[in-house]
Amino acid sequence: MADVTTPFEAEVTEVVHREWGRVVATLIRRTGDWDLAEDSAQEAFVLAVERWRRDGIPASPGGWLTATALNRAIDRLRRAAMGRQKLRDLAAMMPGPDTPDPDESGIVDDRLRLIFTCCHPALAPDARVALTLRSLAGLTTSEIARAFLVTDATMAKRLVRAKAKIAHTGIPYRVPPAHLLAERTTGVLAVIYLLFNEGYEASTGADLVRAGLCDEATRLGRTLTELMPDEPEVLGLLALLLFHDSRRAGRVDASGDLVPLDEQDRTRWNAAAISEAVTVLDRALWLGRPGPYQTQAAIAACHATAADAAATDWAQIAGLYGELGRMTGSPVVELNRAVAVAMADGPQAGLRLVDGLADSGALRDYRLLAATQADLLRRLGRRDEAAEAYRRAIDLAGNERERRFLTRRLSEVAAPARP
Amino acid sequence: MKYLLLICSDEDQVATLNQEDGDAMLAEYGVFAEEMAGRGVLAGGERLRPTADATTVKVRSGEVLLSDGPFAETKEQIGGYFLVDCADLDEAIEIAAKIPGARVGSIEVRPIWPM
Repeated sequence: MADVTTPFEAEVTEVVHREWGRVVATLIRRTGDWDLAEDSAQEAFVLAVERWRRDGIPASPGGWLTATALNRAIDRLRRAAMGRQKLRDLAAMMPGPDTPDPDESGIVDDRLRLIFTCCHPALAPDARVALTLRSLAGLTTSEIARAFLVTDATMAKRLVRAKAKIAHTGIPYRVPPAHLLAERTTGVLAVIYLLFNEGYEASTGADLVRAGLCDEATRLGRTLTELMPDEPEVLGLLALLLFHDSRRAGRVDASGDLVPLDEQDRTRWNAAAISEAVTVLDRALWLGRPGPYQTQAAIAACHATAADAAATDWAQIAGLYGELGRMTGSPVVELNRAVAVAMADGPQAGLRLVDGLADSGALRDYRLLAATQADLLRRLGRRDEAAEAYRRAIDLAGNERERRFLTRRLSEVAAPARP
Repeated sequence: MKYLLLICSDEDQVATLNQEDGDAMLAEYGVFAEEMAGRGVLAGGERLRPTADATTVKVRSGEVLLSDGPFAETKEQIGGYFLVDCADLDEAIEIAAKIPGARVGSIEVRPIWPM
């Protein structure tokens, strides 16, 4: 988004961010043309800056923007209209009573149609993410390209291809019917979580633009809870993102190194985000339909609400990982359970679970398996074995920050002098 | 919209089916075709002979060139198709998933390009 220099511009930037998805979503429904929708929305926002500077921001900026964008779209089509077909399209879009909602679900917010279409499983996963950021969040193609470390041309091509596939293959612009809704909602949540993790991990190098993806993901998560307020997993995901995000300031030190959870300065955690997350999670759990995001959020809540590292309820966390493991069948979850068990019952108990996982071969070459083994061996005073595991973990490390952290640990356990 | 649903599977594997399994498979196709015809979405569909019976034709510099076999060697081959006329990609996917061949091979869903 544009650089903020004055209060007026700051407010307009906020309006753009809030309203972009709604305007584009409605324009796509009315015109059936994604590019036309984006271009017209863009024009409407440019016009808005001029007009609002003079007249002030209207009471319903979203309505003003949608009406203006629709007029722009009609102008563009009128200029381009040559055949009867185009004129018929035009007649169909003319402002008038809204077309009846064809969705069985009865939900009419166009943003929901948009996000389900952007996240359609027939699109490639990277295209789903890019399209969601472009159409719903309003990021420019260059911003998305920078966030995903590809060239503008590559990202532009990815977006063009995705939109072409939607148009050519008849991917419907709608909220999926009841028999598909649960599965497709899971798909939407996965896209938002992936987006968040891209920003959170920044696994291929630290970068502020990428960190902005966390904000976009949280914003999308919040929008989705407004649109689907009774879906516990939607609420669970938002709570999870808020818990993770609340630790952002505390998880790296001044030199950019990762700080382990137990060493983080908890006063740097965002208390407002934690309290919002707790409220959201409570509401999700109250709905009484558990799921993996709610369980992960409950685990994050155990950390976020502990007064200090020593006060963490590791037995409860181990239990929650056990539940999560039963829901997902994931060996990574089992590894996390082992860490929690080590905290609750001692490193020996944890190591037994980790060694079991290592023997099963399920997580071969997974960097955190080696790192966890190394940490538990270190705590048991088995320095030589710990050093060996640290070296293995360093070889597998995903980024520089992680490598530096592991190397520091290695130097603590490795024999001081080597021939 | 119209979609061509291409049924792709390893034809060597299909060839090893015994009489009983082969008959069962054919019966399942019969049930599928009947259901789809009843729904009014079926616009065509046939089974194809294996690629051993394929002849590939191309014309280069005005000359017709023939080769024995399919145009490309692949692990899975097209063994048949259905042409369906349905609401959207979601319905096409739902129909494709009901084709008995989807459980052993895969179905490629290709929208028809209207000319």
